[in-house]
Amino acid sequence: MMQFVWVLHKDLFVEWRARSRIVGLATYALVMLLIFAFAVGTDTTALQQHAGAYLWLAVLSASTLLLVQSFQQETEAGALDGLLLLPVNPVALFYGKAVANLVLLTLLAAVALGSSFFLYDLHLRGSLVLLCLNVVLGTAGLAAPGTLYAALTARAPAQQLLLPLLLLPLVVPPVLAVVKVTDLLLVGDPMNQLSSWLAVLASFDLVYWSLTGVLFARLVEE
Amino acid sequence: MEPMVVHTSGLCRRFGGRWALSRLDLDIQAGEKFLIMGENGGGKTTLLSVLATVIPRSRGSLSLFGMEPERHLTRIRQKIAFLAHLPSLYEDLSAAENLGILFRLMGASNPGSSLLEQVGLDDRPDPVRSYSAGMRKRLSFARVLAQRPDLALLDEPFGQLDPEGFNLVELLVEQLASRGCTVVMASHLVDRASRICDRALLIQKGLPRWQGPAASASRAWGLLYGHEVPRAREQAP
Repeated sequence: MMQFVWVLHKDLFVEWRARSRIVGLATYALVMLLIFAFAVGTDTTALQQHAGAYLWLAVLSASTLLLVQSFQQETEAGALDGLLLLPVNPVALFYGKAVANLVLLTLLAAVALGSSFFLYDLHLRGSLVLLCLNVVLGTAGLAAPGTLYAALTARAPAQQLLLPLLLLPLVVPPVLAVVKVTDLLLVGDPMNQLSSWLAVLASFDLVYWSLTGVLFARLVEE
Repeated sequence: MEPMVVHTSGLCRRFGGRWALSRLDLDIQAGEKFLIMGENGGGKTTLLSVLATVIPRSRGSLSLFGMEPERHLTRIRQKIAFLAHLPSLYEDLSAAENLGILFRLMGASNPGSSLLEQVGLDDRPDPVRSYSAGMRKRLSFARVLAQRPDLALLDEPFGQLDPEGFNLVELLVEQLASRGCTVVMASHLVDRASRICDRALLIQKGLPRWQGPAASASRAWGLLYGHEVPRAREQAP
């Protein structure tokens, strides 16, 4: 347990020291939101109806960059090799990194969500607590498989291309669910579908977070 | 009887169609200082990487402290420290912060400041990104010392260092040995390295060519390559 805490602490500390990266990624997500707004044009209703999709596309796109960067700083001076040669439990190592990525992605998604309210003139029709829960569950669905694939492709020559190619097909179900929940909370939920979609999202998170830790440990051992 | 710290028999490692290491038989006892020498691309780093369990062997047998890496990987890694080509550091953190992370992950108390003093980096609170290659090497050495290993694998420990750094490496190797640590180093600075080692192995294109006392290493090199051993910069004419 302590090893997990120290890996998490290490990752967040390294990110804090290089915080210009996360600021750059948040700006990137904002630029994407702006581009969607320009693409849709003056039809505010259309923009508001599909705000969930635009928001999560921006977060998804920025998240692949964040995941690539999280392993770049591990591999640029061989820190990952040094870490793997230490007697650190690979499961603690994986979950430390995955939770650190979850924290950063949640931060990124929160900034993008707040900005989209301002940019798209959105109004929340559902519960704010559920919206926050949705953001955490949504980013959790990206963080666990994203960390696994970022580790897998860390030494690949074309990681920036390879990671999205591997990750995006895998995260289609949680992305669909998180977009649907966001739309229901913003546009309204006359058919009471919210709880079902949240359950779908939570189920995928549970499967991903349980499986990826085991797979990472096997990968490191072999 | 104590098992050999390193025992290999017919050890081979292949990268694609090229054999980087072939038919290597090696026994290294506890407390020995062992030199692996050879020209660039001869297989020194490959051998150290296999011994460090960074890469698996392709053929042959390998045991470290009497244990097979496939079955006792974690226990073996607890005993090994590897000074690799890359310094294994976080570029955005300072030297003390890098060592602090290492100590916390190992669950040890942090005497980082004394280690940094030893390697001459106690007055550098700035990020590693601003360090020279030699300073990174010194910090990597501090990392090896911090791990208190039973087997230290040092890949080109003299690389990127100034003459003062050469003396420091000799001192630190002696310090490791005095703790009972077995030291295996790869270097093409045979003249310098053979002075601090007990035995040596000469490999050429992945094949073991000679094994014997380190004092005879320079002669073996001369016989194989037909020219004198490469010397450290301070001794160059």
